[in-house]
Amino acid sequence: MDINTKKLKKNAFRVTKERGKTAARIRVPGGHIDAKYLIMLQEIAEKYGNGTLHITTRQGFEIPGISMKHIPEVNKALQPVIEGLDINQISPNTGYPAAGTRNVAACIGNNVCPFANYNTTSFAKKIEEVIFPNDYHVKIALTGCPNDCIKSRMHDFGIIGMTKPQYEAYRCIGCQACVDNCKKRATGALSFENYKAVRDHERCIGCGECVGKCPTSAWTRSHEKYYKLVIMGRTGKKNPRIAREFIIWVDEESIIKIIQNTYGYIEEYIDKNASGGKEHIGYIVDRTGFQEYKKWVLKNVKLGAKAVMVENIYW
Amino acid sequence: MGFSLNLTEFKNIFEELKKEYTVYAPKLFKNKGTYSDTNMVRYDEIHDIEDIEFDQKSHYSPKEVILPITQTLFYFTEDEVIEPKFNDKKILIFLRSCDIHAVKRLDEIYLKNGGEDYYYRRLREKVKFVLMQCEKSFENCFCVSMNTNETKDYSLFIKRKGDILFIEVKEEEFLSYLHNGKSEEVSPSFIEKNEVTANVPKDLDISIFKSPIWEEYASRCIACGRCNTVCGTCGCFTMQDIFYKDNVNTGERRRVWASCQVDGFTTMAGGHEFRKDKGDRMRFKVMHKIYDFNKRFGYHMCVGCGRCDDACPEYISFSNCVNKLNKVVKGEI
Repeated sequence: MDINTKKLKKNAFRVTKERGKTAARIRVPGGHIDAKYLIMLQEIAEKYGNGTLHITTRQGFEIPGISMKHIPEVNKALQPVIEGLDINQISPNTGYPAAGTRNVAACIGNNVCPFANYNTTSFAKKIEEVIFPNDYHVKIALTGCPNDCIKSRMHDFGIIGMTKPQYEAYRCIGCQACVDNCKKRATGALSFENYKAVRDHERCIGCGECVGKCPTSAWTRSHEKYYKLVIMGRTGKKNPRIAREFIIWVDEESIIKIIQNTYGYIEEYIDKNASGGKEHIGYIVDRTGFQEYKKWVLKNVKLGAKAVMVENIYW
Repeated sequence: MGFSLNLTEFKNIFEELKKEYTVYAPKLFKNKGTYSDTNMVRYDEIHDIEDIEFDQKSHYSPKEVILPITQTLFYFTEDEVIEPKFNDKKILIFLRSCDIHAVKRLDEIYLKNGGEDYYYRRLREKVKFVLMQCEKSFENCFCVSMNTNETKDYSLFIKRKGDILFIEVKEEEFLSYLHNGKSEEVSPSFIEKNEVTANVPKDLDISIFKSPIWEEYASRCIACGRCNTVCGTCGCFTMQDIFYKDNVNTGERRRVWASCQVDGFTTMAGGHEFRKDKGDRMRFKVMHKIYDFNKRFGYHMCVGCGRCDDACPEYISFSNCVNKLNKVVKGEI
């Protein structure tokens, strides 16, 4: 058997423990799909694989037990899934054109969750659209609110939903549900003065808990959606760490641009001798320093008036 | 008398009406619902007929027009008390039959239950009702059970069908606005049946206080007060004296809605709180709506709009509680 494993991996297949067997990896940007695709995956698993399906940590699927010789057929069978999920492809019926940039994961978001501040899946899809296919190793996760259920702080880019609470003092009955709750569950950004709530913007993390607790809709969400962008978190053998805040109260467009710019920065600074041409973005930033990274990624980014960016990050 | 008009014709009339009246109606507030990317329907001043949300039940009742959420009663300095300026422009409110009945209950409390409430009266006497038709019974509505599904107490009835408006004028004053309208027979149709029925027990008495039926609410209710704030008939308020920060010798006295479900409602000087248990609070509220008020005024306070059920984050149903009481009274549970 003659198999180019480099090509196989880029094609989103895996070299497995069992000789001659591979596993097909299916990306699901934003982690939400029409149920009909599961039936297609079932058919592939039963026809080419060992009849099982693995739900991956990045919200994709992996179909194990496929004979390497069946890769072209599996790629053809995957075509409706790839198309249906709007994945950028270079030529049809050849499967996924890259695997380095990982599936963009998202919590369930405001499709379902009462705490979420935005539609995580549709934002994830917008990001996928501009960064895939790409061989560079970048992990992105989106989460609806600072609860961070997707654990976005373990990613290179963590996008955390924020809302700027709008307060109409006239509608407030002074029940203090927001004040008590902010103290207990969030950051104690609210205080009670003259029977009305006062928000300390410096402390407010934009979680929107106050809106959820208000019985008169004195608190509502801002029309604008804001995000907290945290960067360069990672797991891994070498020096795992939590992502740190880069910009808060930042808008969607700026985040997309920053992620896009990151690829140019990687191109410039990646270790050309890295094994398999693969170097994790976080380690590159460690080498060049945050200031150089920042210089690159802020090119053509026009942050909104409310955005607050940190000067430096000391990981 | 009835008329039909197209939207453009009505817009002109509306402009005329606005010279005399401030118009309030249920309005859709996009993305202002409790959850992200959800909408809110509540009362607000409207400037155009197209601002009116005809199709959905408003999340909050129209009571906030007559009974402001926060109302400054007077400002004070060391030796003077000043009343806020009062706008004497008349008011039109678009509302449904149940909500008109709800205002009647507020009137009962604020105008006929002992002394007249000055602040309420001067707002209330400016108000005229424009009836809106319920095309269907909404979720959780039980107006038929509470006899509030029909009303004759309105000045105008306005129904919108596409770009045509059908108007019934019950008060002569408004005929002058409608001289261009095409005469037509117009009258409201009322809801005759709801999906939900609330069987208010006839032989209810205070022995029900001891029923274990209230216990589940002690753990289910989170005392958020939404059932009160959305209710068209809850009229409790509290007083707040504010001393301005920059000069503590001046300030204002406000009255603000209060909720019998929220902590602090029964707190007295010294800190004693006589309805700490949420089951007790539920009992107090339910009995007020379907027992106490009736004892004094001869009809029930609850109008069956179902907004409390719509709003409860813990899915506690008022009508279901009433039905359970009925079963207890009948000895079925």
